[in-house]
Amino acid sequence: MKETTERVLQPAEIAEACRQLTDQGARLQMAYAWFPEPGESPEVLYLADEGPGKPFPLLRCRLSRESVQLDSLASQIPLLGWYEREMTDLCGITFAGHPESHPLVLHEGARPPLPPLDPRYLKDQIMPYTEEAWDLPPVEGNDVQILPFGPVRGDVLESAQIVFYYIGEAILHCHPRLFFKHRGMEKRFEGLSPMMGTLIAERISGIGSVSHALAYCQAVENACECEIPVRARYLRSILAEMERLYNHLYYLGHLCHTTTLKVGEAQGKLLAEQCKQLNGFFTGSRFLSGLLKPGGLRRDLDLNGLPGRLRTLEPEIESYMRALETTNSHLDRLITTGHLPYQTAFDQGASGPIKRASGIRRDLRCDHPYAAYDSLTIKIPMCRDGDAHARAQIRMAEIRASIALILRGVEEMQEGAIDTELPMSPHAEGLGWCEGPRGSTYYCVHFDDSGRLARVKVKSPSFSNWRVFPFTVHDTNMMDYAINEASFGLTMAGCDR
Amino acid sequence: MPIWTLYGLSRGLATTPWPGKGDSAQQQGVLGLPVFNPDRCDENCRACVDSCLPGAIGVEASVSGERLTIDYGKCIGCQLCTETCPGGALEKSDHWAFGVRRREDLVWTEALATQEAQELKNVIRSTFGRSLHIRHVDAGSCNGCESELQALNNPYYNLHRLGIFFTPSPRFADLLLVTGSVTYAMHEPLLETYNAMPKPKWVMATGTCAVSGGVTGGGYSCAHGLDGILPVDIYLPGCPPNPSAMIHALLLLLRRAEQMVHGGHYGQ
Repeated sequence: MKETTERVLQPAEIAEACRQLTDQGARLQMAYAWFPEPGESPEVLYLADEGPGKPFPLLRCRLSRESVQLDSLASQIPLLGWYEREMTDLCGITFAGHPESHPLVLHEGARPPLPPLDPRYLKDQIMPYTEEAWDLPPVEGNDVQILPFGPVRGDVLESAQIVFYYIGEAILHCHPRLFFKHRGMEKRFEGLSPMMGTLIAERISGIGSVSHALAYCQAVENACECEIPVRARYLRSILAEMERLYNHLYYLGHLCHTTTLKVGEAQGKLLAEQCKQLNGFFTGSRFLSGLLKPGGLRRDLDLNGLPGRLRTLEPEIESYMRALETTNSHLDRLITTGHLPYQTAFDQGASGPIKRASGIRRDLRCDHPYAAYDSLTIKIPMCRDGDAHARAQIRMAEIRASIALILRGVEEMQEGAIDTELPMSPHAEGLGWCEGPRGSTYYCVHFDDSGRLARVKVKSPSFSNWRVFPFTVHDTNMMDYAINEASFGLTMAGCDR
Repeated sequence: MPIWTLYGLSRGLATTPWPGKGDSAQQQGVLGLPVFNPDRCDENCRACVDSCLPGAIGVEASVSGERLTIDYGKCIGCQLCTETCPGGALEKSDHWAFGVRRREDLVWTEALATQEAQELKNVIRSTFGRSLHIRHVDAGSCNGCESELQALNNPYYNLHRLGIFFTPSPRFADLLLVTGSVTYAMHEPLLETYNAMPKPKWVMATGTCAVSGGVTGGGYSCAHGLDGILPVDIYLPGCPPNPSAMIHALLLLLRRAEQMVHGGHYGQ
């Protein structure tokens, strides 16, 4: 793949190579498997990030037909734990010595006749399922109570179950059971044309439709060696920042909801609504979808009126954020809540504003510029505190940066073509990435011999951050839980796919 | 805290007067589902059929030869057909109020079938007056529908002013509002929620996924929306339907608004 340094290894060499990468300071970003030929053995790929400007290290390893097994690396590189369990569930690869060797993506009781991502598994074949009890960590002691919360939770929330082990107010352990919303989205890409794949990517996480479509389109363009016109690059960056804006404003409103700051909640959500209305007015979609395609954009946008509208909104947003930062009752609930130390954030794979709030200076927009981010330079906001307040502060700084970026982007953008022909590329492979509102999104695409999609791997930021989140809940109290969860700004749809 | 009271008051009224007064200008620029102009359609061209991923546009044999069929219940509003149609038979539109009481009303038919009075039983009004309590269940959505449902409670739409509330417990709910194409893991929790609701109760399929499965339905882990799982009273396609479309559909259930789509025709 372009922009990566590939190494093809034997199964026995993988563990050593991964350790080497982490020793050099690289951080693994995702691991996945695919079946290059139907009926043959799978190939496993590990993607890492070595830091700004350096190509992504990529380790590839074809398993033998006789032994679809690898040694688990989860006890040494914890963030790989979920990727390994996902490969077990969806690709049938076993990982010897995995510390949490129970199902993750498919719930207990789901029994697909073949691994669902095996190309021989038919696209529209529902898998048999009977509800089964699932492995919960055992409890000792008379005073510990268990509270299963969800999957249908209060208010309008996405489905997920959080199991609390608690004594009185104190949470001893929190055990999220996710993937209720697993829709098998990666399977949906199979056999589609590059254009149609965009429609699927946009619908993996509705409130991240630009980040997903962008990472997907870039992966396809990377595979097909297609350079898109400058105007399309600018428009893509502007759309990505518009997405960040409405997401972060909603985040602030929702955070106020959990700290019971009513007017703050109303104002945050109103500002998010106003941004969505701007999206609708200028792009035809409140979620900015239906615009991107591999090769550029589907239609040109007239954004001349956008800076004016944004400038009237800017003082409102600014005064709102200033008021939040001077409200003691609100800050009291955020400061020290849900503390995520640097090392945990790094080891467990935290992404986006979460990792930047814990002192990890990584942002794909700067480290590996895409779209127009090589000309639209940004300053990465950083915090070291790692608490709910730090996570909110990062987002507030990003709101300011996004507005500035949109204004500059519209000003600098020249007239010109918005798309280019996408060459047909049988057997091509590509990697695409994007720093969305919630963190890093990666897409890997593999084409078949007729230039249709054979496998698309999606790494969404919430998959990373849900893995990290429980570490901030243990040994805290019930009163802070909702605030802590809101401060992470997680989505289920992206995580579950 | 007093500063926030002042802050709130100084911002004045943020709520839209719609649907009481005014038009639906709050969705200015937002594209709805495409509109079909049969007289501009070249019968032998299949560009739109090939461009429709969820299979909302199809071909059906009839007495006068083959003709196009459009099922808005499957449309994800991706606008691809409007971009590929060479003759402008399918056009972008601002039609979004697609809430209907019968699933068939989302299917475009050449001649408008005579409408029988498809009125919900008067029991709705006599039981609930003009108020409604909703329990939402996410049965596997992309979070787009949730985002718009959450928007209903922002100061702009301010759903409470219409006497409509979200309730945490199904025991207090009159309406089960379902999003998503129903994954295998959410199937049971969805039925349990429905069964926990007191009678009389209603079900609204919200978003194209819940109406027909859209592009997420089927596959190894999903059903094709609510049909065959729960009895549906209101279908609201859209990907996602915007907050105004949701308000329209809720008022339609309460018989406080008129249905806009009959036999796939908008506004007749």
